[in-house]
Amino acid sequence: MTAMNDSILTLILLLPLAGAVLVALAPDRAKLPNWIALATALATFGLTLHLPAHFILGQGGFQFEVNRPWIENPAIFYHVGVDGLSLWLVVLTGLLAPIGVIASWNAIQSRRKVFYSLFLVQQTAMVGVFISLDLMLYYGFWELSLVPMAILIAMYGRKDGRKAAIKFFLFTFIPSAPLLVAILWLYAQTGSFDFATLRILIAHGNFPAGPMLWIAFAFLLAFAVKVPVFPLHGWLADTFTEAPVALAMVVAGKLGLYSMLRFHIGLFPAQARAAAPYLIALAVVGILYGACLALVQRDFWRLLAFAALSHLSLITLGIYGFTFTGTAGAVYQILNHGVVDAALFVLLGALYDRYAASEIAAYGGLASKLPQTATLFVIGSLAMIGLPMLGSFVGEFLILSSTFTGVSKGWAIAASMGVILGAAYMLWLVQRLFYGPENAQTASAPAADLDGRELATLWPLAVLMLVMGVAPSLWLPPIEQGVRPPQLKQSAVLPENLLLLPSMPNSSPGEVQR
Amino acid sequence: MNSVPDIFRILPELVLTLTGVLVMLTDSTLPPAWPRRTLGWVAALGTTFAFLASLWQFSLPQGTGFYGTVETSAFTIFFHVLICGIVLVALLLSLDTLPEDSHHQGEFYALIVFGAVGMCLLTGAVELLVVFIALEISSISTYILAGYRKETGRGPEAAIKYFLLGSFATAFLLYGVALIFGATGTTQIYEIARLAVSAQNHSFILAGLALMLVGILFKVSAAPFHVWTPDVYEGAPSPVVALLSTAPKAAAFALLLRVVYEMFPSLHGLWSPLLWIVAVLSMTVGNLAALRQQNVKRMLAYSSIAHAGYLLAAFAGLGSSGIAAACFYTAAYAAMNVGIFAVVTLVSGYNEKLPLVEDYRGLIYRAPVLGSVLIFFLVSLIGIPFTGGFFGKFYSFSAAIGGGAVWLAIIGLLNSGLAATYYLRLALAAAQRAEDKKAKTAVSAPQVGVAVAAALMFAVGATLVLGIVPGEVLRAAEAAAHSLQAPPAQTGSPANAKDPQSLR
Repeated sequence: MTAMNDSILTLILLLPLAGAVLVALAPDRAKLPNWIALATALATFGLTLHLPAHFILGQGGFQFEVNRPWIENPAIFYHVGVDGLSLWLVVLTGLLAPIGVIASWNAIQSRRKVFYSLFLVQQTAMVGVFISLDLMLYYGFWELSLVPMAILIAMYGRKDGRKAAIKFFLFTFIPSAPLLVAILWLYAQTGSFDFATLRILIAHGNFPAGPMLWIAFAFLLAFAVKVPVFPLHGWLADTFTEAPVALAMVVAGKLGLYSMLRFHIGLFPAQARAAAPYLIALAVVGILYGACLALVQRDFWRLLAFAALSHLSLITLGIYGFTFTGTAGAVYQILNHGVVDAALFVLLGALYDRYAASEIAAYGGLASKLPQTATLFVIGSLAMIGLPMLGSFVGEFLILSSTFTGVSKGWAIAASMGVILGAAYMLWLVQRLFYGPENAQTASAPAADLDGRELATLWPLAVLMLVMGVAPSLWLPPIEQGVRPPQLKQSAVLPENLLLLPSMPNSSPGEVQR
Repeated sequence: MNSVPDIFRILPELVLTLTGVLVMLTDSTLPPAWPRRTLGWVAALGTTFAFLASLWQFSLPQGTGFYGTVETSAFTIFFHVLICGIVLVALLLSLDTLPEDSHHQGEFYALIVFGAVGMCLLTGAVELLVVFIALEISSISTYILAGYRKETGRGPEAAIKYFLLGSFATAFLLYGVALIFGATGTTQIYEIARLAVSAQNHSFILAGLALMLVGILFKVSAAPFHVWTPDVYEGAPSPVVALLSTAPKAAAFALLLRVVYEMFPSLHGLWSPLLWIVAVLSMTVGNLAALRQQNVKRMLAYSSIAHAGYLLAAFAGLGSSGIAAACFYTAAYAAMNVGIFAVVTLVSGYNEKLPLVEDYRGLIYRAPVLGSVLIFFLVSLIGIPFTGGFFGKFYSFSAAIGGGAVWLAIIGLLNSGLAATYYLRLALAAAQRAEDKKAKTAVSAPQVGVAVAAALMFAVGATLVLGIVPGEVLRAAEAAAHSLQAPPAQTGSPANAKDPQSLR
């Protein structure tokens, strides 16, 4: 198995790329590109499942690690590995790939080859972000993930894709310029791009404090735009409105949030701690602002965008609360949000495919005509709201309770208001889409309920939400380990390779288990 | 040094000269009615031989020939290979895109090859008069090539503009050479380097260096000496622009490296801030102006000004790391720029019926492969990882940061963010579905011949290699840097300072 363990991450990384090349070379006949893409995505997902199956709990540090020199000078290494933090994110990326392919099955009618090859390149880039442990390698995948996204938004935008694509690209590309400068500065100081090496060097305080503040800020800025954190969310609504469903569901959240955990808090704990009060405040503002704006949207894509802003801000709150529980909850909530958002995007995409309208006012009373859609949409909405028994509840509870005990009661109460508003806008959306009087516009259109293809993607997601809600203990142990490595349980002295560093509020690990 | 016959020191130039003469004489002896296309293949073949001859020169020991006027070293070979590669691509491109009935086709190929002679000689010359002669050889052929489309008004306009401003610039350079000769009594670069330290007429040397920099910076179209660029690029035929925007610039950058790092390392304190300012000006002016362009060739002209700025950022680097970064950037820039002009040539056609960004709308639907290649080169120009453009910027800015010019790197990277706007505008136009209403865009897909396909593959391959496995080219660039006799201020590059493995 060791050979497999050594090469599994490389396989997961390269298989979608190989699929992309295959799609590009294969003839554009009937649904051939779709099938190749689906087969690739499923195979990749299968490979990602190898990771949790062979992940050794209790063994600290990175697993499935590969570290080979790639370029001599500057010393860039092909260094990949996963720990508890990234483990499930890789699996989530794997899971969303076939779902994205199936969701695009009929929606993408023209230039399928371009779509599916770029879609698969995007997969490679995202997996690369999660597994890279060399800063240059990481930066490479981070930037690479923008290109297919921007091109596909432009190609398949619903109204003005080009504008949305440029907005998305510039919003995320420009802040990564300071990020690159920061990485290069670190390299000029240390001669290394290696995550672990840099973390040790920084932990020993070998750097002048003034520049480090700027370096950490450059990292934070690039990630905050990608999440997005209020007030850097300008690109989100347009991107959600224009992007094809398969891409919209992966564009926000996980890449930025993971990067914050790994590279902002992980590399610059002291600076991150100094920035935390501001981020907590911005996060709470984001929660409430996003929720309020979601309430007044007339277009369901935009509603979903502001809902996402609200939920992602909650996760940011969990991350920068600097409690073990809150961080573990935040990681868990990234997963939940990924699953729930995917389901809602597929459902709204299905509505859009049928009625070609995204104004909420164009719908009404669909529950009787599309019972399956209505059922699944209600499940998705409830999961989004954070109903007990469904995944988001666990994550939100962990974040809010740790904020309450470990950060500040005031912020926790304010953030909880956002959750209440969340229930309001989601339930109101359900009501306006599926209940009430039938709208003339949609009543006249022929209505076909979800077909087997769509159901095959949605039911697994629904089941997954339930499983994540009732059995968090299946998922949480590796996450906790990523957040708080096992060595800490024995020793009071903080080893260097810790994610979170000194003066952690005392919230017991038992709290997570409940 | 004596063991190598002098003739081997200029072997690539010799091969190119013979090719040029052959093409030109054949052209004038053939009956006028005969097609001249074969001459293009002859020129391409000759350039290939020159390419191979440059590679062969690796087996020669480093040294000078012809009484210390020309040199072969890793540095000259690096640029020889690069220039021959560019010229080869430009020739292949012209072969398929020049109209069959265009006048003086034979001369066209011959001029390209003669231009290459000048450029190659320029990179190898270590004597300022030879430098001047080489510069003139390359300039005169490019002046003529720029005005090749005589039938349009813009062609002669471009040629005259280029000629007048270019002559001014070379005059500046020559005046600088004269002043330096006056101060040191020699035109041999090594001798000047040795004497400049102790020369009494220090102000002569300073003035001479400044005047030479004006001449060279004009050739690389760095701001504020860039005004000719957009007009010339717009007026000249696209295959010529592919050549013009890369090969003479590569040669001029080689000369710049030689002048500042080999001839006047002692004046580092003078030229370094000057080049800092020029770098910032070039990238900012280039990018801001490019933002507003609707004409693709003008946009790319301003983009090339900005790229000259990114490249000049490498000069803030310390000794060999800066030189190596500049060499690498030149290669990466050449690969992607020659490639994108190849695509532009194919899309717009020789007569440029489709010059605007809007005309590229829906290209990926009309011609999927060509559209994808265009987007690929634009992605590389933006500087996305895994393409040559990324590592070019990467090495250039890390050299700048290594040399302490953090602000230069920040300005440069913010500029590349700005630049993404206009590159993206073109890329997304190509990706977007064309509106069928416009009759103009309903043109058929461009014809892609064998030669041009080979040229495109060469450029795509080079851009990918530079982006994914840059190790070999970087080693060559470093060897080039070392052979250029880096200044004594050379400290060990930070890369060797610590072994990341040992710390784990």
